[in-house]
Amino acid sequence: MPDKKQDLIDQKLQDLNNDGVDRRGFLKCMAWAGTGLVWTMSGGIPVSRAFAKSADRHAAKGADFTFVQISDSHIGFSKPANPDVTATLQTAINKINALPQKPDFIIHTGDLSQLSKPSEFDTLDQVLKGASAKQTYFVPGEHDMLSDNGEQFLQRYGKGTKGSGWYSFDQKGVHFVGLVNVANLKAGGMGSLGHEQLEWLEDDLKGRSTSTPIVLFAHIPLWTIYAEWGWGTDDSEQALAYVKRFGSVTVLNGHIHQIMQKIEGKVSFHTAMSTAFPQPAPGTAPSAGPMKVPADKLQQVLGITDVNYVVSGRSLAIVDSPLANAGAANSENGDGPEHG
Amino acid sequence: MTKKTLCLASLPAPVLIAMLLLFPGSRKLTASDRPPSANAEVKIDNFVFGPQTISVPVGATVTWTNHDDIPHTSVSTEGVFKSKVLDTDEKFSYTFTKAGTYSYYCTIHPKMTGQVIVQ
Repeated sequence: MPDKKQDLIDQKLQDLNNDGVDRRGFLKCMAWAGTGLVWTMSGGIPVSRAFAKSADRHAAKGADFTFVQISDSHIGFSKPANPDVTATLQTAINKINALPQKPDFIIHTGDLSQLSKPSEFDTLDQVLKGASAKQTYFVPGEHDMLSDNGEQFLQRYGKGTKGSGWYSFDQKGVHFVGLVNVANLKAGGMGSLGHEQLEWLEDDLKGRSTSTPIVLFAHIPLWTIYAEWGWGTDDSEQALAYVKRFGSVTVLNGHIHQIMQKIEGKVSFHTAMSTAFPQPAPGTAPSAGPMKVPADKLQQVLGITDVNYVVSGRSLAIVDSPLANAGAANSENGDGPEHG
Repeated sequence: MTKKTLCLASLPAPVLIAMLLLFPGSRKLTASDRPPSANAEVKIDNFVFGPQTISVPVGATVTWTNHDDIPHTSVSTEGVFKSKVLDTDEKFSYTFTKAGTYSYYCTIHPKMTGQVIVQ
């Protein structure tokens, strides 16, 4: 029975929230839940529950505003891992347009294009025009900064931004900060924010009330997921030190083409799925290159991230949804008990 | 000399000229020429430069080929050489005219590093 399974997941996550340490177990459960997870930040204390269709409606209902994160569209990519990335981006947009609450805006966490070509950016713009949310905020991925140090990207998507494209804005009491950690990368290193941007960030946050919910978004994860593959940002510690005093901090990243979550104190880290192709779990393949999955499974590993914000509780609820759900045979009475 | 030379000498002049035109390269093969092994190949596979360190003589040309589905670059950390963005199967060559150790990396994936030792 779906309800019974839902109860079981809720129970399990409840237990995890009580002790708050079994993240490995939690990640397993997350993988099992398959269709995603709702994160609610309430007074800095993370509360999670598995995401089901009813939870989706509940989460969106009464939210003061919602926004959607999409990532890693890689327009221009045409290799076997996904010969038609424009079509899957279109599917993601359709999914956004079908959400119960129209999002106020979209955040794209980088790698819009595969090779920073004008034609690739044109195609992305064309597809995004069809989104119900008219405003999209961007940060560049390393694929958007090829050849020209991001000149083209800045001209198109970075008007009014600072440095290599960083900026902040406010939406209904939430402070959003878009950071760039793909510029001027050093040999042997990972992502990098750089001194100038860190100084700007410190200044940008200065004087803001600790009760202001903060959302940081950047392409490469701002926490080290897997250093061997460069899945982290060398100087992110400094950036995180500046947000430490705030009661609710949400960090949204892309780059790794899969969902990863971590909670550290009042900071909730989250990476989004790609709309183009999946990448392997850390260390499970010779490299982080595109992962080929059977064509009928592709849309289960691509997706969007829907974030709902409720002012009264100053909480953010994050819901990840794949472009297509696994078949009933997989989701009902699945392999849940083995994680029990 | 050899039997071959005798044979060539016995050929009519127009045939000899035609042969020279057809096989111009054969004329350049002298003892002072470098053996072809002086040039080297670096393969980019699975986000790794292979071999990661190569040694070549002065004057050698190194060619990088990207075999990944993801673009890479080969850029000297000291600014000596800089490839364009190499998409799948694209190549970049650089001829090293001075001895030394040249470190390089992929500016897109900076964890990828390599070295060319020119002796």
